[in-house]
Amino acid sequence: MNVFFYIAAVIAILSTIMAISGRNAIHSLLYLILSLLAVSVVFYLLNAPFIAALEVIIYAGAIMVLFIFVTMMLNIGLEKETEKKWLNPYMWILPSILAAILLVNFILAVNNVKSIPSDKTAILPKQVGISLFSTYLLAVEIAAILLMAGVIGAYHLGSQKKKVKHRFLETK
Amino acid sequence: MLTVPIETQLIFAGILFFLGLIGLLVRRNMIFMLMSIEVMFNSAGMVFIIAGTHWKQPDGQVMFIFILAVTAVEVAIALALILQVYHHYKTLDSDAVNKLKDN
Repeated sequence: MNVFFYIAAVIAILSTIMAISGRNAIHSLLYLILSLLAVSVVFYLLNAPFIAALEVIIYAGAIMVLFIFVTMMLNIGLEKETEKKWLNPYMWILPSILAAILLVNFILAVNNVKSIPSDKTAILPKQVGISLFSTYLLAVEIAAILLMAGVIGAYHLGSQKKKVKHRFLETK
Repeated sequence: MLTVPIETQLIFAGILFFLGLIGLLVRRNMIFMLMSIEVMFNSAGMVFIIAGTHWKQPDGQVMFIFILAVTAVEVAIALALILQVYHHYKTLDSDAVNKLKDN
């Protein structure tokens, strides 16, 4: 059981190192996704299955997709050279090995029936939900206000301003 | 049942945090700086999870959900700002953005 934790931890650390030291932003983001998946394995082993699912869905699913979209929007002028690099099979070796180790780790952890957190030790989503909407209700509302402000701010910052209204209004 | 000592788990979270800190300090590309901040957020949340598991309370996971919300907002705003900076300066180098002058 502990072996799974150490393997996932090593994969998380290695892929984070690769993510922050890479030159190509897309490759680094893919390494970061791998790191988040490894961290979610750690969360699963830490008796937090709900948070492990949230980590995959929100972090690796939503936030990283946002990153990748913006990076691809900004990636101008590098297409031809990076295309050649992407087709190089050498780029695939290390990510594939790391992801394969993580997959084997996950399969073994799931198959090992004794290692699956039982209902008594695991903190289940029910308890989290009850605590979230009773004790921390005020914080939930504050988080809602924060998300609303974030939506408005992102919309305002992301909108492109028109340059010139009319040729007479154009300042020289 | 996981019997890894809590010190080891906290050291793991700390290693991830300092990797993010190193990335934030070393890199000058804004996308990479934002990624490093993500790593640091994630490891801070991991400490909450570790503590919540240690005391068998759901509060740690609740805090992680709040960290998740804050992270989502932060990423959306920061990426919109990065887009604007790229439109203005045609670069992602954070050293190029050292003027607050309005045109």
